[in-house]
Amino acid sequence: MPVTFTRTPVDTERKHTGIGGKPPASRRPTGGGGDGDNWDGQRGRKGPRQLLTRWRLGVFFALIGDMMFFVAIVSSFFVSQAGGHFDPRTHNYISTWRPVSVPSILWLNTAVLVLSSLTMEMARRQLFREIDVMEEWLGMGRPALRRATPWLIATALLGGIFLFGQWLAWEQMWTDKVLLASDPARYFFYLITGFHGAHLIAGIIALLGALASLSLLRRVEYRQIVVDCTAWYWHCMGVFWLFLFALLVSAQ
Amino acid sequence: MTDPLESAQAIQHSGPNAEPRRRRSWIRRYIFTTDHRTIGIQYLLLALIAVIIGASLSLLMRLHLAWPDLPMPFWGVMKPEDYLALVTMHGTLMVFFVLTTAPQSGFANLVLPEQIGSRQMALPLLNAASFWLTVLSLLVLVSAFFMPGGAPISGWTSYPPLSAIAASGPGQALGMDIWLVSIGIFCIASTLASVNMLTTIVAERCEGMTLDRMPLTVWSWLVASMITVLVFSVLFAAAVLLLCDRHLGTAFFVPMGDLVNGQIVGHGDGTPLLWLHLFWFFGHPEVYIAILPGMGITSSLLANFSRRPALGYRLMALTTVLIGLLGFLVWGHHMFVSGMNPYAGTAFALTTMAIAVPSTAKVLSWIGTIWGGNLRLTTPMLFSLGFLSLFIAGGVTGPLLALPILDAYLHNTFFVVAHFHLIMAMAAIFSVFAGVYYWFPLMAGRQLHEGWGKVHFWLTFIAAYSTFFPMHLAGLAGEPRHYSQLSGGAASMAALIPLQRYISISAIVLVAAQLIFLTNLIWSVWHGKLSPANPWQATTLEWSTASDGQPIVLRGPYDYGVHPGQSDFLPQDALEPNPE
Repeated sequence: MPVTFTRTPVDTERKHTGIGGKPPASRRPTGGGGDGDNWDGQRGRKGPRQLLTRWRLGVFFALIGDMMFFVAIVSSFFVSQAGGHFDPRTHNYISTWRPVSVPSILWLNTAVLVLSSLTMEMARRQLFREIDVMEEWLGMGRPALRRATPWLIATALLGGIFLFGQWLAWEQMWTDKVLLASDPARYFFYLITGFHGAHLIAGIIALLGALASLSLLRRVEYRQIVVDCTAWYWHCMGVFWLFLFALLVSAQ
Repeated sequence: MTDPLESAQAIQHSGPNAEPRRRRSWIRRYIFTTDHRTIGIQYLLLALIAVIIGASLSLLMRLHLAWPDLPMPFWGVMKPEDYLALVTMHGTLMVFFVLTTAPQSGFANLVLPEQIGSRQMALPLLNAASFWLTVLSLLVLVSAFFMPGGAPISGWTSYPPLSAIAASGPGQALGMDIWLVSIGIFCIASTLASVNMLTTIVAERCEGMTLDRMPLTVWSWLVASMITVLVFSVLFAAAVLLLCDRHLGTAFFVPMGDLVNGQIVGHGDGTPLLWLHLFWFFGHPEVYIAILPGMGITSSLLANFSRRPALGYRLMALTTVLIGLLGFLVWGHHMFVSGMNPYAGTAFALTTMAIAVPSTAKVLSWIGTIWGGNLRLTTPMLFSLGFLSLFIAGGVTGPLLALPILDAYLHNTFFVVAHFHLIMAMAAIFSVFAGVYYWFPLMAGRQLHEGWGKVHFWLTFIAAYSTFFPMHLAGLAGEPRHYSQLSGGAASMAALIPLQRYISISAIVLVAAQLIFLTNLIWSVWHGKLSPANPWQATTLEWSTASDGQPIVLRGPYDYGVHPGQSDFLPQDALEPNPE
């Protein structure tokens, strides 16, 4: 059964094709065996790999929803940028939008976040090294725990540094008397950095949870799931930030 | 009937390593459970509570419209702002907590895993969490009534500046905040529920259950869940921006120099149109979330009770997807009279007309399915036919309202109220009734009483038309919606009061007819006729009589009446009948 832990599902039976190359309907993939993870069935793809697939899918769909949240905010950004009002004295259509010059520390923060995505990926891969997984599965030790922990801690630290850097940027803006309620460009600067920061705080909590789960969860596939899902969330927040940062930079 | 959770546990713990498991406590089995069937029933009960509150509010509104000086319980003689608070809460309860929860989360939890041959949802804990968030959201919403100033008055659409400025109405201070918090929680809850649903449909189908063998109900839940994931976060973002406007001094939605109660409140370049865009980007797909599951249920039930395959199965799956996609492109037709660019109005008119094409294809398929079929007029069948009738009656006014020039006159009249109550409220509710009558054996092991079910159907059907059809006439005569009364200054409208009284009396009959349903429901839980394993001779897997193990699906979902001389239906997992 350990083959099911490997990165590519070993599933030779499905490779059979019927006459004409198209597998018969009963052999076409359906996504799962519908059996949960009881390994008692004889048919279909089963086992821990299926549980991982399921959680990944869940995270994927939830992140699509989350992406739409940012899409809505960014759409509002463009609407507000184009907005204005009619000035009765001058008979002109004027706008109060004054672009925000992005604090230069954000470039540094962005680099830190990209780096944290790399460390996160390193952590994630430690959980899927075949030899280690086999060893953990057989109960011969916790090599993945030992290997992944430093990378997870590094990711959490880099995430913390990013958040601290964002806070410094905010402080710098406050000292320059650039406040939230001053004009539309400011609302969006604070909202975008703020919402993204809130997502990262959730990400750091998830990282700490993953750290704890590495030693607390009994089954290796659960440990894989926790780290894997946290990693996809973290990468996604990194990608979101690159887009949001590009938006802030291009609009300044 | 065995407890589904217990049997599921028995299956899971029957291996050689199975430990003898303590029976779970009553609370773990029926209240805080992760069993999808129980959660489905819980969702349906939640919707039932919400519909009882919502219908009571609408009765108060109807009584007030017809007899403005009549004192009401709790309210006394109703002030205009009280009436608007009722409009708001009625709309919010019905759209979110009835039409979104019952057809989508309720029935899908009840039967979706079985229909695709799975024992459980993909993410059961998430499923339970989203149900309890929905409960929390409902409690928060209802608490708005008890806030100082009462419930908000800006309607379920909460247009700013009315919803953005606390001074603009009695319920617009704390009541509005409560409303926004409740909707925020609901957004999270329904997104999580749909994440679970999508994962289940993608990853949990049993052997042989390919995409083109999924029942049309599953197709509609799939599309509705995709829509949910994509639009509810947009509503969430809009609610967050509105809260910022209310409490953090931003001005996303309030225009410069806006006057409320004689005071200038607008200080930025906000525009209410931004809220309208965000809201209706959510709001229009939302009506498809409400109606698509009803369409799926109707397709399944019409095929079953006509004993014929659903006509054009692939086309029906395709139109479900098309309606979902086109639903994202039509939101502007709610905004023809809002000051939006008229060219945009033309574009939205075209996309709205386009959505009539897949809808018409569906209607034709339903008619084709029942045409010349061997109809079994059971109660669920009657309600499905009722859905068909109401869907056509409410649907034909859709393309009319999609014309910007006609909409300019009709938009703020009762004509629109008639349109969306026929198609969204009544048609969707009829499909919910069809579903309840059809799947009740899966909930209670008994059948609802057929005779009283038919009485319930005919009374509801006649009263529904009698209530909502005359509203077209009131609208064509120019009666505005959201007006709390027609007497007083507006003498030209006084001629419509007899019509409104007629509508109110019909509405009372309509609500009274539901008491028959409630009684039938409660009575049948304990005294209904015990149901056989497959009472409707259905082919889909939730009625599968196979004893245990994984089903293997061998054919499409609607194999009815195609094997003359033998049993006239073949369940999806049944072996081929012997050719002799």
